[in-house]
Amino acid sequence: MSAIYILWLREMKRYTRSRVQIVASLGQPLLYLVVLGFGLGPVFQKAGQGNYVQFVAPGVIGMTVLFSSIFSGLGLLWDRQFGFLKETLVAPVARVQIMIGRTLGGATVAVLQGLLVTVVCVIAGFRPAHLATVPLALGFMLLIATVFAGLGVAVGSSLQDMQGFQLIMNFLVMPMFFLSGALFPLDGLPKVLAAATMIDPLSYGVDGMRSILLEKSHYHATTDFEVLAVVAMVFIVIGAWRFSKIEI
Amino acid sequence: MIRVQNLVKTFGTFTAVNDVSFDVAEGEIFAFLGPNGAGKTTTIKMLTTLLKPTSGSIELDGLNPEAKQNEVRRRFGIVFQDPSLDGDLTAEENMEIHGVLYHVPHKLRRQRTEELLKQFELWDRRKDQVKKFSGGMKRRLEIARGFLHTPKILFLDEPTLGLDPQSRNQLWSHVKKVNEAEKVTVFLTTHYMDEADRVAHRVGVIDHGKLVAQGTPQEIKDQTKTETLEDAFLALTGSTIRDESAGSADQMRQFAKMWQGGKK
Repeated sequence: MSAIYILWLREMKRYTRSRVQIVASLGQPLLYLVVLGFGLGPVFQKAGQGNYVQFVAPGVIGMTVLFSSIFSGLGLLWDRQFGFLKETLVAPVARVQIMIGRTLGGATVAVLQGLLVTVVCVIAGFRPAHLATVPLALGFMLLIATVFAGLGVAVGSSLQDMQGFQLIMNFLVMPMFFLSGALFPLDGLPKVLAAATMIDPLSYGVDGMRSILLEKSHYHATTDFEVLAVVAMVFIVIGAWRFSKIEI
Repeated sequence: MIRVQNLVKTFGTFTAVNDVSFDVAEGEIFAFLGPNGAGKTTTIKMLTTLLKPTSGSIELDGLNPEAKQNEVRRRFGIVFQDPSLDGDLTAEENMEIHGVLYHVPHKLRRQRTEELLKQFELWDRRKDQVKKFSGGMKRRLEIARGFLHTPKILFLDEPTLGLDPQSRNQLWSHVKKVNEAEKVTVFLTTHYMDEADRVAHRVGVIDHGKLVAQGTPQEIKDQTKTETLEDAFLALTGSTIRDESAGSADQMRQFAKMWQGGKK
């Protein structure tokens, strides 16, 4: 247990110390929120869908959590050959504990980052339907973070070097973001696109947050929760298995 | 303390370590020498539970690393070729994480950390982030960290790579001191023959996966009728250059250099 805690604490310390990175990582969500939010706003309004900033904010929060958590897992690659990973792998501690400590740390950082973006969204004019249900949205953030921190570890453990990084970015992370319905409503999509959005775990995360923050949903909050919980468990198990296979 | 018998490791059709046997006594400093790609790091990886041998047996303090992985891990400390510190954390925090991972009780952890950081002349900088340290300081910290859980054996894989002569001398005098004070067995690899000559009680020379000579530095010199250990080494291993193909680790190393260069 103490090993899990100390590795979690390490992620927290690294996060709070990298102030420049915290600010830098707000850039992309801000761009989506402000430029898309206000740029597409009039069109969205004319289409009878209401306020686009309201609509896109949960998507932008979901995106932040997705990126932050998946990068924490991919950070393994860096740690692997240059850093700290070896130190933990020769320690007399079970690998699964090391993996859990790291993953929980990465997930916590992702949630903190998500909260930060939530604050930014509120400043930009986003208003949740009910303040009382906001903690439930936090639960969804935590689920999204766990799903993708697990996926990040699974992918990070399987890659040999940074060259695969672009591949993962362009063929896994970005598609998951764009197909999640973070930027557009999932109703009435062409069949192929609808199918793609259905297998994207982030769709359920964004939909879950929307159903809580805006009281509008495509699936249903319960379905969203169930799908995310199952996927989180599957990815954590796969991540732990891949992590246990790392050779250095 | 270390007993290796008929150790073999093959990767596909390539035999990295071929029928190697040696013993290292308690409290001894043993230098493992060999050209690039001779099988040094592969041997260290097998000794430190990171790789499984294809055949042969290893005993560390009487234990088989494969069967008693965690117990063996508690008994040794290791300093890798590449740095394995967390640069964002302070020297003290790096020590703390190590202590927790090696189950060193809180009080003892504090006490050992202070002792070792003072001994390795890092105590004044304990609150500084490791990324602000010089190469020599980082190495010293890694070695101090390796000693934290009072291991019986310390493995040093090319610990002086890239250090200036001052740092190298200082590093070895620290290692010698702890070796004498705590009776720690030291197993090291290096490309600097003069270091091995000065520091090691005994050396083993490996080439193409085979152990070609072992004994005290003097014995090796006598055996090859040479004046210095470097000449003896060249006499034993020939003078052809071994070009290792650049593995992903080397590529990453270059990438990191570029990256760090860019930051500065």
